[in-house]
Amino acid sequence: MLGLEKKDFRLLLIVIGLTMLAPFILNPFPEGSEMAQFNAGYPDLMQRFVIFGIFAIGFNILFGLTGYLSFGHAAFLGVGSYAAVWMFKLLSMNVLPAIILSVIIAGLFSLLIGFISLRRSGIYFSILTLAFAQMSFALAYSVLTPITGGETGLQLALDDPRIFGVAQTASGNIPVPAIFGLEMRASYELALGSWLFTFNAGYYLAALFLILSFYLAIRIFRSPFGMMLRAIKSNQTRMSYTGLNARPYTLAAFVISGMYAGLAGGLMASMDPLAGAERMQWTASGEVVLMTILGGAGTLIGPVLGAGMIKYFENIFSKINDTILHGWFAFLPDGLENFVVAIIHPFIGKGWHLTLGLVFMLVVIFLPGGLVQGGQKIAAMFRRKQPEDAQSKATEPAE
Amino acid sequence: MSNSKFSRRGVLKTGMVASAGLALPQYLRADSHAGFTNAPGDSEVILGFNVPQTGPYADEGADELRAYELAVEHLNGGGDGGMLGTFSSKALDGTGILGREVKYVTGDTQTKSDAARASARSMIEKDGAIMITGGSSSGVAVAVQALCQEAGIIFMAGLTHSNDTTGKDKRANGFRHFFNSYMSGAALAPVLAANYGTDRKAYHLTADYNWGYTTEEAVKSSTEAMGWETVNAVKTPLTQTDFSSYIAPVLNSGADVLVLNHYGGNMVNSLTNAVQFGLREAQANGKNFEIVVPLYSRLMARGAGANVSGIFGSTNWHWSLQDAGSQAFTRSFGTKYGFPPSQAAHTTYVQTLLYADAVTRAGSFNPCAVAEALEDFEFDGLGNGPTLYRGADHQCFKDVLVVKGKENPENEFDLLEIVEVTPVGQVTYAPDHPQFAGGALGSCNPGA
Amino acid sequence: MDQFILQILNGLDKGSAYALIALGLTLIFGTLGVVNFAHGALFMLGAFVAVTMSKLLTLSHKVVDEARTDFLGNPLQVDVPYIYDWFGQAAGDVIIDWAVPISIVAAIPVMIAIGFIMERGLIKHFYKRPHADQILVTFGLAIVIQEIVKYFYGANPIPTPAPSAFVGSFDFGVVLGFDPNAIIYPYWRLVYFFFSIGIIAAVFAFLQFTTFGMVVRAGMADRETVGLLGIDIDKRFTIMFGIAAAVAGLAGVMYAPINSPNYHMGMDFLVLSFVVVVVGGMGSLPGAVAAGFLLGILESFASMSAVIDFLPGINQIIIYLVAIIILLTRPRGLMGRKGVMEE
Repeated sequence: MLGLEKKDFRLLLIVIGLTMLAPFILNPFPEGSEMAQFNAGYPDLMQRFVIFGIFAIGFNILFGLTGYLSFGHAAFLGVGSYAAVWMFKLLSMNVLPAIILSVIIAGLFSLLIGFISLRRSGIYFSILTLAFAQMSFALAYSVLTPITGGETGLQLALDDPRIFGVAQTASGNIPVPAIFGLEMRASYELALGSWLFTFNAGYYLAALFLILSFYLAIRIFRSPFGMMLRAIKSNQTRMSYTGLNARPYTLAAFVISGMYAGLAGGLMASMDPLAGAERMQWTASGEVVLMTILGGAGTLIGPVLGAGMIKYFENIFSKINDTILHGWFAFLPDGLENFVVAIIHPFIGKGWHLTLGLVFMLVVIFLPGGLVQGGQKIAAMFRRKQPEDAQSKATEPAE
Repeated sequence: MSNSKFSRRGVLKTGMVASAGLALPQYLRADSHAGFTNAPGDSEVILGFNVPQTGPYADEGADELRAYELAVEHLNGGGDGGMLGTFSSKALDGTGILGREVKYVTGDTQTKSDAARASARSMIEKDGAIMITGGSSSGVAVAVQALCQEAGIIFMAGLTHSNDTTGKDKRANGFRHFFNSYMSGAALAPVLAANYGTDRKAYHLTADYNWGYTTEEAVKSSTEAMGWETVNAVKTPLTQTDFSSYIAPVLNSGADVLVLNHYGGNMVNSLTNAVQFGLREAQANGKNFEIVVPLYSRLMARGAGANVSGIFGSTNWHWSLQDAGSQAFTRSFGTKYGFPPSQAAHTTYVQTLLYADAVTRAGSFNPCAVAEALEDFEFDGLGNGPTLYRGADHQCFKDVLVVKGKENPENEFDLLEIVEVTPVGQVTYAPDHPQFAGGALGSCNPGA
Repeated sequence: MDQFILQILNGLDKGSAYALIALGLTLIFGTLGVVNFAHGALFMLGAFVAVTMSKLLTLSHKVVDEARTDFLGNPLQVDVPYIYDWFGQAAGDVIIDWAVPISIVAAIPVMIAIGFIMERGLIKHFYKRPHADQILVTFGLAIVIQEIVKYFYGANPIPTPAPSAFVGSFDFGVVLGFDPNAIIYPYWRLVYFFFSIGIIAAVFAFLQFTTFGMVVRAGMADRETVGLLGIDIDKRFTIMFGIAAAVAGLAGVMYAPINSPNYHMGMDFLVLSFVVVVVGGMGSLPGAVAAGFLLGILESFASMSAVIDFLPGINQIIIYLVAIIILLTRPRGLMGRKGVMEE
């Protein structure tokens, strides 16, 4: 089906199912209940899940297949966002040209940086990419302020030209990004009992791109090109003895993953038309590395899971405060309630970093293959009766 | 689908759910008939407090959060009422806002514009917040302000000092109570001239981003108007931690005053380094060498320790002010938390009260009605004397404090002393002042 | 001319900080083959040993002073350090003043212990794991350490001044025949510079002239062969980790008076120290030290206002620009060994 093997196709179907039904899956708790705090089915976070999923899938094409650890991938995402916002400022609020341009610009930028950085390998390569990204960040934050907006980020303004659109709406506001008239922020809300599900146009556009990206990634993983990339990872020296030059292949992988990052940046700007320089800082590059390793480097679905996990902690745990905790444990006697709240307090709200750090450590200690391995273990427990099925179901790491 | 194991029943089930969704479309919020985003129900109203909880400004964010909790308590009729008693507008009566109990949600801006917007969007989309407030840097304030404009939510800025927030990046849905770079310059210059004379040569070290640029420009132009000369202005990277290589050449540059246009960790480090290099004791051009820090905060002063003593700067508010409003706020904050509030806490508390008051006077939560009630609103009793919320740019105009680091502080909160309360007339500027050029408010957006 | 001398001084001072941190990092890199993202956190912990020491020395009990009032109008509670009760106020003040030098003594055992615990409890399980896993686990650890420090000390910088004997600057200008004030340099920074040189020399001497050092150097070159010789290399690696932690910690203690420590100061140095190590060349201790000083001096030159006026923004990127140029012209940095971390 679609040129995919059976198990890959099934994986693709699972991804399609998960993304399409995400508004249901991510909102398991009824509105107004104490557990509603853990609902993640609101447009902003759903968009972030898929956008960072795309970013991580792209990163994994480079890192998972070739083993080249880029520590500067956020620069491509940042460049992509700037390109998209400039399209909104100059051209129109239609997201398609913006996304296309952001992919192209990120592709060109990654071609340049990849061409230079890939002259070295191992940690020397990592530091070269890091250096380029940090330079991009530092300049974008300061001397390039006229182009990038600097500290306050690149924003839309009422007096932008927007030659194929309107500078401002009839009500005197800045128009919002849309695809042929359908606004990215438009949502349908479906109330079923006390549950509330939100279907957001921007999310579904981003999800469509995620599915396409995922499909493309499967094709790359299974192609002769993908085989070649794996060969580079396992033994580059031996490969060069056979007369093959590895550079064009790694450069191609680098540019492809840079374009994925540009796509993610373009989508991010389409959902929320502002591009800030912090997107290019080393912490942002580090984040996608962590997402990929956390989920399982070299696996197809792992990076998406890792991205989801980190974004979930960042957005859900940081919003839990003591008042909410007291609400949860109100059923306990007063003394015990305060005690339990005091115990949990360091891990939520301003302590969400601590929880995330602990999760990193626990996952890497107990699940060396990342979250995917955890999933496989659980799947194996349920499917002991059908061992064959379990095997085919499992997502195999690239190595 | 020959090689798929998807059962027909499963597909049918999914299809049915999907069609149920299409059959019952409810566009946007269920209460969209109210005509604006997140119209609150009859019993409660939700405010979004978006402050830095991680990163270098986390302590400032924590202080803002304390002030917000205090404000909510007072609005709901709890505690001693704080500044509700001294506020010149008597619309608020301690029964919440328009009879609805005030609830709040919190989020972490991380002092990054992306994270701040993500957090604000989750408050708007998930929690149904009607107003967003907070923040401890101009980058975040400007980013969240633009978001709120787009979403149709009122934004009450927290600590943001860049001219741009109510200058080139102003928005109709955004309001700032805090003062700005221009006001710092205008308030500081006369005090500096009086203390250090009009024949001075200044050397600026400036943080290399928007806020630094506006502050440098403001201080430069107002001190030059007093007769000072600017010898040099050097930009320093945001990520710099050791300023020695920028400080070392200062003493031999012909300058006799060093102006540190730095904030937060940058300011703590650059000031500490400058004192290490002995600039405080040095002589230049036959005068004592002096250091000036245009924007002071108590937390920064605490980080720099004894190095701040005798150094001039400006601040929005200080707990040692003797007016009734400041005293009331300091008393209720101090009683609840055990130490005096910072200027960040003060401005966020006041912003919350001003919003609640504007809603009550307007009789509606509609952002456009609230904005109208805030525009050109004159009030008193909130700690800075008579204040105007100017309609033309949504900036508050009030007295500005010039402060100096205390020589012998009694405790870690008693670090600054007020040198002069610069009257509002001296720091007022025209809305089209060149330092605020570009940008437009646009029109208010009620959203939905 | 005086400006150049001044910036070379600055560069040496900055460079000594970079070199010291990079030295510890490259010890762990080179000997254990572990990418330690928690190294910055060790540096930060060192600085907080100094903070903790000054807190301990000023540990106080409250005495109510009826004559004065606090900001709420209640009688003022004055903190009186216990140390005043024990040694009298004058001697107590001297001890408190010397908190940072005292904490150097405390930092060595504390940091070695932390290093041992880290290595035995966590790092040793990751020797055979891919570098990616090492990055994830040490990054997680760094975050956890940071957050714990933040929980107890807050996010704001904490002033930790040097003893008052070191306040002020030395005027090199007068010594070298320039105008007074042309080249001044703070005493504490000079102390820091000589202290760093001392530590670096000690580490080199230790590796060069002791049997232990010889085995470790052999282990760095060829771990398997050394293991085959029947030498318990693991135990030595544990000790090596402890030493690296102590070096990072000492760098932190001494740095505390230069810039008020805060909980994320380690992350600020982390990326920089990786750049220094790699520019120096993987597996090379002299390389790390040389790169530290080189980058420190170049950074100082780039911050001169004449240079910034000529090339705006150069001070923002100089370190990375130099790193790129060096790595492109010298494949393994300044003195890197072949085959270390090249895959």
